[in-house]
Amino acid sequence: MHDLTLAEMCDGLARRAFSSIELTRHLLARIAAANPRYNAFITVDEAGALARAETADARLAAGDAPALCGVPIAHKDIFCTRGLRTSCGSRMLDNFIAPYDATVVERLAAAGAVTLGKTNMDEFAMGSSNETSYYGPVKNPWAPDCVPGGSSGGSAAAVAARLAPGATATDTGGSIRQPAALCGITGLKPTYGRVSRWGMIAFASSLDQAGPMARSAEDAALLLQAMAGFDPRDSTCLDRPVPDYRAALDQPLAGLRIGLPAEYFGAGLNPGTARAVRDALAEFERQGARLVDIRLPHSDLAVPAYYVIAPAEASANLSRFDGVRYGHRCANPRDLRDLFMRTRAEGFGAEVKRRILVGTYCLSAGYYDAYYHKAQQVRRLIRQDFLDAFAQVDLILGPTCPNPAFAFGAKGGDPVAMYLEDIYTIAANLAGLPALSVPCGLVDGKPVGLQIIGNYFDEARMLAAAHGFQRATDWHRRQPEALAEAGA
Amino acid sequence: MAIQRADIEKLCYLARIDLTEDTAADTAAGINRVLELIDQLRAADTAGIAPLAHPLEETQRLREDRVEEKVDRDALQAVAPAVESGLYLVPRVIE
Repeated sequence: MHDLTLAEMCDGLARRAFSSIELTRHLLARIAAANPRYNAFITVDEAGALARAETADARLAAGDAPALCGVPIAHKDIFCTRGLRTSCGSRMLDNFIAPYDATVVERLAAAGAVTLGKTNMDEFAMGSSNETSYYGPVKNPWAPDCVPGGSSGGSAAAVAARLAPGATATDTGGSIRQPAALCGITGLKPTYGRVSRWGMIAFASSLDQAGPMARSAEDAALLLQAMAGFDPRDSTCLDRPVPDYRAALDQPLAGLRIGLPAEYFGAGLNPGTARAVRDALAEFERQGARLVDIRLPHSDLAVPAYYVIAPAEASANLSRFDGVRYGHRCANPRDLRDLFMRTRAEGFGAEVKRRILVGTYCLSAGYYDAYYHKAQQVRRLIRQDFLDAFAQVDLILGPTCPNPAFAFGAKGGDPVAMYLEDIYTIAANLAGLPALSVPCGLVDGKPVGLQIIGNYFDEARMLAAAHGFQRATDWHRRQPEALAEAGA
Repeated sequence: MAIQRADIEKLCYLARIDLTEDTAADTAAGINRVLELIDQLRAADTAGIAPLAHPLEETQRLREDRVEEKVDRDALQAVAPAVESGLYLVPRVIE
């Protein structure tokens, strides 16, 4: 049952081939068996999941079933879920029971989805390996001595290990796409403003976006359909019509102009990854797409600009964690200053502190112009590169990551070495463009991701391109040997 | 441009994060590594380029100044470390 795609589960539930209770129990049992191995979940809500499954079965029987009725999914632990711990992977929120549901959670629940639990993540979404979580690292189901990627490592591992057919996640500099690539699944970061951020714990407000992770473009389309749309409670959520993503999937690829940035195929790209991506591009050509060489000249400024803007915004967003209204509070504070300083020293891990301090520095008097203002100017240059490219092409393709999954500790405590794992993903966040990753090969038994970047609000065309690729290939259907050996 | 111990202490105060003696050196080293990275921005030619704050260049949406939702204070304060009569309790500020 767990090998069924999300779409197949929807169909099976609608046809009453199996019940939501059966499906939910089955996945809960798999999670209980697998979580000691992968550590993909921080919180599992067995009682809540079974209650929702029962309600879903009643609606299915009554013929009053919304699109995702009875389908079990997982939520990244960055989304507030009423009555359930919402930790953001941090000691700071280890005791935080969310008093309300995030819009994304509400919408998926309204579509009938059943929440299995909250997935593990890098602390406050800051990381590319899921090594900074207060709850311990997540293991990559393809290679358990390797990272799953981050920050949405738990959601990626849960989907890859077939513990859930789909999961929500967030992407600020690549945190959906990079773990999707390293775990061999499909992940999509929508256009900035496509999906509401209300109830999603903020890291960098001008970059953060919520999106789906699943095992295919079709499944991602079903989740995105439920998640997307205007929300008056998020003042950065844009009021644009939501297309029927599933209906648009079958658009043929003939005539599609695909841009290949020279900068994404240069030095630093693993040769095996490059080969897998080139083979994937050949498939697009076979289906009638035209490959066009393009340039994105300011690409090498994306990572530096991001590591000014994101930490600066994080330093503002994380100032709310002060031990006063919720979350961790240090014991026996001597005075207000001690309350703040010790609460935050105890509640935050090293990477989070580093980014807050870097951000504080970039915004401080005397440095604002040289760093923050400068980075915002570079941000406009990067956006303009893409606007110029989209005048000639419909989609931009390339590798999602420079390498496949790396071993735990491989970045040797060098924060910058870790940051460079996001070298191909970061620019899309700076420009606010939608981007997705689909599996396109294996290198030494580890997955490789193909990134597809689209123009603003062009998710339908991106998903159609991904779907066309997945109809002709089977990388998205592969599973780790360990999983196949373990059996049903 | 590397920063010194005194600068780190000032940043820690601005960010209200206590710096313990045993983590001070690592913290400084990590921050300086990031500063090396972001200093690459200096080489960028940005003459005459306006800063971009919102990736799609949207402006803040406004709404009517009308009460539109009811806030359940008790539900929201249920997660607080210390409350009394609807107020959050903190150590004495003024002696």
